[in-house]
Amino acid sequence: MSDIATRPAPNLLASPLVKTGLILAAIVAVLAVGIRLDSSNTLYAIFVDPFQQMVQAPDLLVQTVWEGLVSGVLYALIALGFVLIFKASGVFNFAQGIMVVFAALTLVGLYEKGVPAFLAVVITLGVMFALAVTIERVVLRPLVNQPDIILFMATFGITYFLIGFGEALFGGNPKQMIAEQLYLPKGAIDLQILGGLVSLQKIDIAAALIASLMIAALAAFFQYTRIGRALRAVADSHKAALSVGISLNQIWVIVWFTAGIVALITGIMWGARSDVSFALEIVALKALPVLILGGFTSIPGAIVGGLIIGIGEKLGEFYWGPLIGGGIESWLAYFIALGFLLFRPQGLFGDKIIERI
Amino acid sequence: MLYREAGQYKSNYAADMAVFPLREDRIGLGVILAIAFIAIPFLGSDFFIASVMIPFLVFSLAAIGLNILTGYTGLISLGTAAFMGVGAYSCYKLTTIFPDVNIVVLILVSGLFSAGIGVLFGLPSLRIKGFYLAVATLAAQFFLQWAFVRVPWLFNYNASGAIEVPQRTLFDLPITGASATPETRYFVCLGLVVVLTWFASNIVHGKLGRSWMAVRDMDIAAELMGIKLLNAKLTAFAVSSYFCGVAGAMMIFLWYGGGEAADVFSIRLSFNILFMVIIGGLGSLIGSFFGAAFLSILPTALKFGLPALGIPIQGAAAEHVTFMLVGALIITFLIVEPHGLARLWQIGKQKLRTWPFPY
Repeated sequence: MSDIATRPAPNLLASPLVKTGLILAAIVAVLAVGIRLDSSNTLYAIFVDPFQQMVQAPDLLVQTVWEGLVSGVLYALIALGFVLIFKASGVFNFAQGIMVVFAALTLVGLYEKGVPAFLAVVITLGVMFALAVTIERVVLRPLVNQPDIILFMATFGITYFLIGFGEALFGGNPKQMIAEQLYLPKGAIDLQILGGLVSLQKIDIAAALIASLMIAALAAFFQYTRIGRALRAVADSHKAALSVGISLNQIWVIVWFTAGIVALITGIMWGARSDVSFALEIVALKALPVLILGGFTSIPGAIVGGLIIGIGEKLGEFYWGPLIGGGIESWLAYFIALGFLLFRPQGLFGDKIIERI
Repeated sequence: MLYREAGQYKSNYAADMAVFPLREDRIGLGVILAIAFIAIPFLGSDFFIASVMIPFLVFSLAAIGLNILTGYTGLISLGTAAFMGVGAYSCYKLTTIFPDVNIVVLILVSGLFSAGIGVLFGLPSLRIKGFYLAVATLAAQFFLQWAFVRVPWLFNYNASGAIEVPQRTLFDLPITGASATPETRYFVCLGLVVVLTWFASNIVHGKLGRSWMAVRDMDIAAELMGIKLLNAKLTAFAVSSYFCGVAGAMMIFLWYGGGEAADVFSIRLSFNILFMVIIGGLGSLIGSFFGAAFLSILPTALKFGLPALGIPIQGAAAEHVTFMLVGALIITFLIVEPHGLARLWQIGKQKLRTWPFPY
């Protein structure tokens, strides 16, 4: 057996403590020399100035961290949909992003047709269930036992189909989310802290609360119900679950439906913050580093990963972005995830990768 | 009847190792090349050549590049479009710096820059595997796309931020710029694609290709057999990015003729090329052509074919229906043959060999 993750490297550097210590010492030494020699203040601007700003204006720091936190929660919600499906069916569901858009569009579209808001939510849930059943029947069942990449590809087929279908039904224009009709709060709370004004959007607070509630509900569902146990069994091993009489097809429908519910809630939250459009699909790609950072199979990983990415990219954009022209938000998340991955190739909370010949 | 190997004897090792061992296959290849070089330029309309054949050739080359990485070496990449972009921008910089050098040479050289960047972003592949590697290539995708917009040096400080393709000639015929005809651009594309495919075929059938395939099938086992993972994976990244870079330079210089390149080389293009590779068949050069044909010609064909069939849809609705049909066809093809169109092609050839008897 060869275990690549624990295989000792043939040198002293193998000890993580020695390695980290050496790296830190090297960084400090380089910085100390660099700041002396630094004529154009580049190093100062990178390593000293942002922290000075943080200390001098703590209210701005709090505001930035809060914004990062909120977007982190929303990334985590999308990532949660991915993780649910990946755990239960081993499918890397690229269509989660478009499912979010599709659910939100259905909700808004129904409301525009004159359906009362809460009835529209119920009908949208019905649509997501129908979608789950259809995907299971038409896509997953014929493709059972195929390699991962083929299933991944199939979810891209679903994505294309849903883009066309959604645009044909509801049109491609951005729509307004029906936040008020769903009793979501509006406006902002201004807090006087640390000698400055921090403004918290009420919708963001609601989003964070609803996300935590949903995650708690999902955890309870997985832990205490019969179906939840079956889901965990399937996640552990498809074959063993089949042999004790769990119906894989049924489980897949349930999982895709759960992901559909998560998608709907994510769609409502994202939609209430900006608007409902197909641009959300690109945001869903941000869930990928979140997912990879947390590990594909871990629900807590998705949440922690989401928060790290959200806060990291907002802080990076705010304090370091202007140094290289701004807009670094688009790629910073991936580099953060990459940095973590170099030390833990299976993600923070992922199952340890054991490779055998 | 026509497709039989009976009576064709191999009397030396070279014949035994030939890429096309059957005479019929060689004749078929010759016919395809003849069609590509003679029939299409003379019979095809300008529209057909400019908006069907040139995109098809460019995408085929990019798909071959990605296939080397994903199909032959088993490393997933979602950064293909960015590597293509590196090719396009370095070609632009090279034409600015060396205006006298022939553009075809510059297109081929610009692939080298792309290869360098590819190796750089391929370094994490030594530690990160599977879908996790996707994040490294996504980092490349988004970082490079950002750089294409934010680093003005790359587009010569243009106000528009676009690549302006200058007029360049080959044998006194303009091949890039506004006055180049579709036919000449098509011939240049075709020549590049044929030569590079021949290279790719030789690489993947040789020592390097076999070491890539060993790494794909199981990298630990390959390591134990004495294949250096570092060399194998990084050469795969380098060769793959080289092909993608050349494809990107071709895309801007011979197909688009300039424009907002940063929008072109978006994540969507990366995904499209990945799907060409998967639909066409992982680890198959001919599959790359099939996949490119399927995904680049199909939308155009649907757009202009459906009204011709009497189905009255236009504009936005046509776009939506195209999306839906492409999605449905992807799923259908995967269900019918998960190993791609290349496998269907092989099965078809096998059937033809034994025809009219089933076995």
